[in-house]
Amino acid sequence: MIDKRFDSAREAVADIFDGATIMIGGFGEAGSPIELIHALIDQGAKGLTVVSNNSGTGLVGLAALLRAERVSKIVCSFPKTAGSTVFPDLYRAGKIELELVPQGTLAERIRAGGAGIVAFYTPTAVGTPLAQGKESRVFGEREHVLEHGIRADFTLIKGRTADTHGNVLYHRTARNFAPMMATAATVTIVQAAEVVEAGALDPEIIVTPGIFVDRVVHVPSPALESALNEAGASYP
Amino acid sequence: MISATTTGWTRDQIAKRVAQDIPNGSYVNLGIGIPELVATHVPAGRTFIYHTENGLLGMGPSPAASESDPELINAGKRRVSMMPGAAFFDQATSFAMIRGGHLDLSVLGALQVAANGDLANWSTGADDAIPAVGGAMDLVAGVKRVFVMTTHVTKEGEPKLVQRCTYPLTGRAVVTRIYSDLAVIDVTARGFALVELAPGIPFDFVQERTGAPIIQNHALETKK
Repeated sequence: MIDKRFDSAREAVADIFDGATIMIGGFGEAGSPIELIHALIDQGAKGLTVVSNNSGTGLVGLAALLRAERVSKIVCSFPKTAGSTVFPDLYRAGKIELELVPQGTLAERIRAGGAGIVAFYTPTAVGTPLAQGKESRVFGEREHVLEHGIRADFTLIKGRTADTHGNVLYHRTARNFAPMMATAATVTIVQAAEVVEAGALDPEIIVTPGIFVDRVVHVPSPALESALNEAGASYP
Repeated sequence: MISATTTGWTRDQIAKRVAQDIPNGSYVNLGIGIPELVATHVPAGRTFIYHTENGLLGMGPSPAASESDPELINAGKRRVSMMPGAAFFDQATSFAMIRGGHLDLSVLGALQVAANGDLANWSTGADDAIPAVGGAMDLVAGVKRVFVMTTHVTKEGEPKLVQRCTYPLTGRAVVTRIYSDLAVIDVTARGFALVELAPGIPFDFVQERTGAPIIQNHALETKK
């Protein structure tokens, strides 16, 4: 019998090691797996490389992980969202490395990593500072740059519903990077507001098939960054 | 003489002018900020389908408080609604729409646009700036037509339409057409070309505020 459920976020992140590369789902607060991130802060792993579209807001979730100085490098498309102060302060103080990647290139690099494609060519960023130092090649009279697939040790994502086999459905624009990140890590950990038995979900509508998911944690009422920030929360 | 009250188009009037040039049924991505106003000026009888790169096709306006969902947002992270026929998808699919040439139009803001269509709209390159690019480089590289909506000059009065961009580029030779408060200007193989002046704005007034020559009678000249 397959049952990928873990009893708690704490147990699900227990083996994340110092220096690990971790993909964290979310576009702004939509899809941010706050409970898994908070469990990772409690767990204490450091020297992490984080792959995530943004850098968090306020003093909770991803911003709290950065504030705890557990992250040495972030791979990101847009680290300066309104309400984001932790990353800018760390960056200006030289305490965190930033690899800035165009959003579509970031998505495709993760997709490629998960699909066993080591690198690909794209015209995105040609002629810009983000193409500097990258190999380029002309296809059909147009210059393209070589971008490499990304893989990670762990992925942390948030689903709406998961089953015991790790099949996942998402909520609206919270889906964003999660389906690709699920494919690109050695260990993919999902927090889901609802967890059901295998067979309860219609196979026609599964978004992330369970083969890509290793651990499922039931988080019935996940916190939202905006609500925590309005309440003046900080973690820990 | 230009009177001190010469103002050209307001932001809403620019948005309305952009909307006039978008065919019915177009799939459109509106950038954050001033381009978002285009959605409020859709001409009667036309429907545009809005793409937001964080994973929604069929984006609708700001929702009523009762229907507001923190996980139903646009690329600017503001809460939005969904129209009948909307679809959600992941980032790889969303950028396949952009990078695969499936969207008809991208409307973006600008820091600078060059006469050859180079666009700079993500960074001034200042030492203390936090670099952030989002999907802009993907949009300009992949979408068939790229419209820029911008004030003609900066707050300091410097031209934003220039011979060569001095800020870091978003993309090379990517802009199709520029809509400013003073004029509509095409980017052509020969440089900037006037399409239309805002009411009451003389051509010389626009040229004086532009950092590169504007072809005034492009349509006539290309017919020769």
